[in-house]
Amino acid sequence: MLEMHGISKRFGATLALDQVNLDVRPGEVHALVGENGAGKSTLMKILSGVFPPDTGQIFLEGQMFTAKEPLQAKQQGIGMIYQELSLIPHLTVEENILLGIEPVTMGFLRRSEMRSRALRAMQHFQHPEIQPDVLVRNLSLSGQQLVEIARSLALGSRILVFDEPTSSLNQSDTDCLFKLIETLKAEGITIIYISHFLEEVYRIADRITVLRDGVVVDTRDRADVTETEVVRMMVGRDVKSLYPKTPRQRGASLLKINKLTGGPSLHDVSLQLYANEILGIFGLVGAGRTEFLRALFGLDAVRSGEIQVGFYSGHANPGQRWRQGVGLLSENRKEEGLALGLSLADNVTLTRLRPLESLGLLSLRQQKRMTKQWIEALDIRCQAPDQVTASLSGGNQQKAALARLLYHDADVLLLDEPTRGIDVAAKATIYEVLDRLTLGDSGKGVIMVSSYIPELLGVCDRIAVMCRGRLGTVLPAEELDEHKLMRAAIG
Amino acid sequence: MFRWTWLNRFGPVLALALVYGLFVMLNAKMTSLIALETMMQQTVIVGVAAIGMTLVIIAGGIDLSVGSVIAISSVVAAWTMTSLGFAPWLACVSGILTGMVCGLGNGLVITKLKLVPFVATLGMLLIVRGLAKGLAHSMPINVEQTWLNNLLAALPPERRWQLFPPGAWLMIILALTVAVFLRYTRWGRHIVAVGSNESTARLCGVSVERMKIWVYATAGAFGGLAGLMMMSYQEQGDPTGALGLELDVIAAVVIGGGSLSGGEGSVIGSLIGAMIMTVIRTGCQLNGWPTWITQIVTGGIIITAITLDRLRHRAGTY
Repeated sequence: MLEMHGISKRFGATLALDQVNLDVRPGEVHALVGENGAGKSTLMKILSGVFPPDTGQIFLEGQMFTAKEPLQAKQQGIGMIYQELSLIPHLTVEENILLGIEPVTMGFLRRSEMRSRALRAMQHFQHPEIQPDVLVRNLSLSGQQLVEIARSLALGSRILVFDEPTSSLNQSDTDCLFKLIETLKAEGITIIYISHFLEEVYRIADRITVLRDGVVVDTRDRADVTETEVVRMMVGRDVKSLYPKTPRQRGASLLKINKLTGGPSLHDVSLQLYANEILGIFGLVGAGRTEFLRALFGLDAVRSGEIQVGFYSGHANPGQRWRQGVGLLSENRKEEGLALGLSLADNVTLTRLRPLESLGLLSLRQQKRMTKQWIEALDIRCQAPDQVTASLSGGNQQKAALARLLYHDADVLLLDEPTRGIDVAAKATIYEVLDRLTLGDSGKGVIMVSSYIPELLGVCDRIAVMCRGRLGTVLPAEELDEHKLMRAAIG
Repeated sequence: MFRWTWLNRFGPVLALALVYGLFVMLNAKMTSLIALETMMQQTVIVGVAAIGMTLVIIAGGIDLSVGSVIAISSVVAAWTMTSLGFAPWLACVSGILTGMVCGLGNGLVITKLKLVPFVATLGMLLIVRGLAKGLAHSMPINVEQTWLNNLLAALPPERRWQLFPPGAWLMIILALTVAVFLRYTRWGRHIVAVGSNESTARLCGVSVERMKIWVYATAGAFGGLAGLMMMSYQEQGDPTGALGLELDVIAAVVIGGGSLSGGEGSVIGSLIGAMIMTVIRTGCQLNGWPTWITQIVTGGIIITAITLDRLRHRAGTY
């Protein structure tokens, strides 16, 4: 179906792709896995016409394939479904599906024909909220994703490329998506699936290609290779355990919350965090976990309940919480976690600039020195501490956001989805850092909100489940498993 | 959720009714024929320009030069009639063409030099104003009475049945045409697409650059027509006329539902927005309030309208 031969691409001094060969059979689901920077997105950008390869050729259904711009690639049958959806929020579902290919008579749109073509593209999925004349911006994220897929189908795409499609989806939406992929496969549509989540890859892929540092490590049938082997191929070294869990002893109480009620759904949440432990909170999207952290941190109003942080009790605003030694890592790092326009050093030292001052002026040299320490500790890949944060990769940005809490020397770390959307190696680094942080008698504790069960079971000492604004009992991680967590989350 | 979509659709009309009602209560003269005629006449200039501005704002841009374009079109039309002896209809064409050329200039600077619309049209504002003053030697050009003057003049008794002067009808017909164009043609939908998400529109094969140039040129043409209206009303081409009028025009579009971030706007809403501002101005004058009060009241209404717009947006998304 699709053959990419000897594809190479160089950006200045970096060789992003080195003689990559990819061979995709018709009607299969072919997974493309690899760390951030392995070259997956570069390869797909070449396929989708964003830029041409330096060397190599591409054949689509036996014919030579060249695309000088994304539009040409789309017209030749390559449908890309990116993480950042490319839809027009102010137009309706059917207008979006047929954008660029609308049937017109003398400039006027033929509405009834548009309707039938849109419905035909949408026939593969029944989603109650996706009606042809609903404005796209009123749809949920998963609904929008389905509209994108419908658009590719309406264009007659024979190959659909999914780039991390499930990062922002909940479990039921993910199941719907997979069912849809099965349906599309039955119709003969070929699918290339890029994802960090190996469980997903193992659920739907027929074959897996692993990329590392711009080179294809191997292409194997899913049935012939284990997850550990795939991870080893991705990372290039034996990853003994992705989740280090050094045995540790719980310390004194750091944080005590009693019957916290607030916001639209939080109700009677009680929790106690001790030093030297990692406490995980699981729940479905909308269960109220982020609300809980925000209320705790003083970002949202609290209606009733008691919060005690060390010696301080009562409500506080975020500034006071930082001074009390509590740090929050928001799940939305691009908008709330980092000032992308500022440098790495500015971001990391943002909450504690006083120690860097001498005579009232900020010492930039000190700031750089401190930042360098954390760059090393977290292995942040960057050119310099004064590099603009926006130019770092997702995993490194997240490490920078975490570095801020570590530099601040927070005793209570509130982490909201700390490893969402970042590559395996960055995740491993973060787990290691959290593990080391809570060792011995460091006096530090971590609350980690996550939707990723393997991570929670692997990293946390205790886990609680949040459902519809209420927090269930906190149990030791050894006593829990995937089924129990899921059942508690569904409520 | 339901109530917000109603507010969305009928908000501007309700606001107009409210403001008008308030001023009527203060001074019954607001309902007199003379008052209504004056208001209609004053609305037309801003209203016609607002039709073009609605297109620009929906496409995600902005045009600060419209006041200067109105001035230069009125000057060119007057100048061609007096110095070149053009017939009135030819002068009209020249005026509108002048506006279109200015708009074309805006479009080219924005797409080829890749300047942000705010900055590009700000520069144009000054350049065009200078050209207008230069052409008229900084003095208004008086034109003699022709049929043109009837565009906005009060209707004589025998034509009362027409309700509004021809200029007003022209504005209404053009507004309806553009509204239909935006809703039911592919080009119109593509303009909304570009304003809503430009990179996606480009990815889908919409010729974004060509469209932007077209939008600014069209807005310029509407500005030219507004300039003609002004010339007809004042019986002169005034290079210092319409100073600062661009703010009125933009305010009209925003009150009518336009969003400065693009993708949203309503031509009919913009007309109503223009009417609201005229009602405020006329009401203040009738009550003998000094102009500075008018300005404060108008500013207050604009802030209220935009706040309601924000609230409407927040409530409408889940």
